[in-house]
Amino acid sequence: MCGIVGLHLRTPELHPELGRLLTGMLCEMEDRGADSAGVAVYGDPVWTPGGHGAVSLLGVDAGADDAAAAVSAALGAPVQGRVLAETLLLTSPAGSEQLLAAARAAHPDALVAGFGTDLAVLKGVGHPHTLADSWGLPGAQGWQGVGHTRMATESAVDAAGCHPYAVGPDQCLVHNGSFANHATIRRELVAAGVEFDSLNDTEVGARFVAQRLAEGRDVETALKELCATFDGFYTLLVSHHDSFAVVRDAIACKPAVIAETADWVAMASEYRALAHLPGVEAARIWEPEPEVIYAWTR
Amino acid sequence: MDTLTATTFDLTTTPLRDVNAALHADGVSGEYVVTGPSGTHNIAVGVNAPVKITVDGHVGYYAAGMNQQAEIVISGNAGTGVAENMMSGTVVVAGNASQSAAATAHGGLLVVHGDAAARCGISMKGVDIVVGGDVGHNSAFMAQAGRLVVRGNAGDGLGDSIYEARLYVRGDVGALGADCVAKEMRPEHVEELAGLLKAAGYEDDPAEYTRYGSARRLYHFRAHNTY
Repeated sequence: MCGIVGLHLRTPELHPELGRLLTGMLCEMEDRGADSAGVAVYGDPVWTPGGHGAVSLLGVDAGADDAAAAVSAALGAPVQGRVLAETLLLTSPAGSEQLLAAARAAHPDALVAGFGTDLAVLKGVGHPHTLADSWGLPGAQGWQGVGHTRMATESAVDAAGCHPYAVGPDQCLVHNGSFANHATIRRELVAAGVEFDSLNDTEVGARFVAQRLAEGRDVETALKELCATFDGFYTLLVSHHDSFAVVRDAIACKPAVIAETADWVAMASEYRALAHLPGVEAARIWEPEPEVIYAWTR
Repeated sequence: MDTLTATTFDLTTTPLRDVNAALHADGVSGEYVVTGPSGTHNIAVGVNAPVKITVDGHVGYYAAGMNQQAEIVISGNAGTGVAENMMSGTVVVAGNASQSAAATAHGGLLVVHGDAAARCGISMKGVDIVVGGDVGHNSAFMAQAGRLVVRGNAGDGLGDSIYEARLYVRGDVGALGADCVAKEMRPEHVEELAGLLKAAGYEDDPAEYTRYGSARRLYHFRAHNTY
């Protein structure tokens, strides 16, 4: 069992509220998974200044300034570092892919939690509410956020096993369930040159989607291919630089609720995570049908 | 002792355990209103008294589970397993119900005025269920006894491995489950269906419905199934 939450804000007036709303949603899902948690925040003007590339790293022991200086030297451009609990968030006027290459060169042992132009990915082992406080999540702003509370079932409780899996540019995937044939698909992806950070089943799904998106498919097509390829139980929330998508497996035993108003689209494992969103009493609320892909674009 | 006005519990200020304990008290009677449910699980579970309970809003998992005697109305949507293992009484959901509504329920009546998701009435053992809208896949899976009425459509796998429950569907069925077949509507079935619809507050023409039930081909092993 795990908990998923996601909030896609349509009205700019709510952007300053993103962190507060996402924190409430995440903490409500703590009952569904309390060993680890993670969030992806799109568009916070402090964490990820507009137009800058951003890379989130885990497992960097150096302080923010030293770690950023090492990346700056490798990049040949200014890099700012910010420590948010276990996560080192690097930003630079350079593009995120160049920044990522420099970060990998300067910190080869670090785990890349995510990268993109306005994406901060924060994750770690511990209670969701403790982690949210340590990140300062309630104060975050932005236009889209995704969160996950983990109850591990098939791989280690460590930073590499935490969701979200943000393995492609501006992409993020969170999962409730378990893939049955992930080892087979992992072997195929490895043979195709894809590298993995963990033994986690969800990472296979995220790498699969990232590979399809890199080949030029849209999110809906990539998720249709995922449904055709992956066996097992899943509710997935997949976010991208301009989109927010939900899909469930054919059996649909892993829960999901979507609520939509003129101001926002929200998804969670259970309604109680949505119960305190502004205007929810007038929202259209439904459960996603099995193997139907629901996607919203900005 | 009955009271003229309902007793109200506000779940935003009163712990759920206190609410359920009050509903389980010896000799409990009268009317109760539960406000501020906000998707909380286990609201009004295990009630065993002829009380009337109205829950004002959306509820989480297992609401009204194991109900006996009580008349419980949920004004919003219900999460997984509403009225699971109900023994008697009535549970009415004004909105939609999530998966496994009335799972394993032995008796009583569940009415869902909206849609019910997958596995509605799974392993039902005597309960009556009336769904105003559609039901999801694998509804009435391994249903053993009772009646399921669907005013809309049913998803794939309806009545898979069904025993002796009777299913009435007005709309389309995606695909019937193993050993579930359409059956003739004899006068006693028309009468039974009309009674169920009336009990749920509907006035449909029973002639618009098709009855489904067990073909009874899975009751015994067959010699040619051996290896």
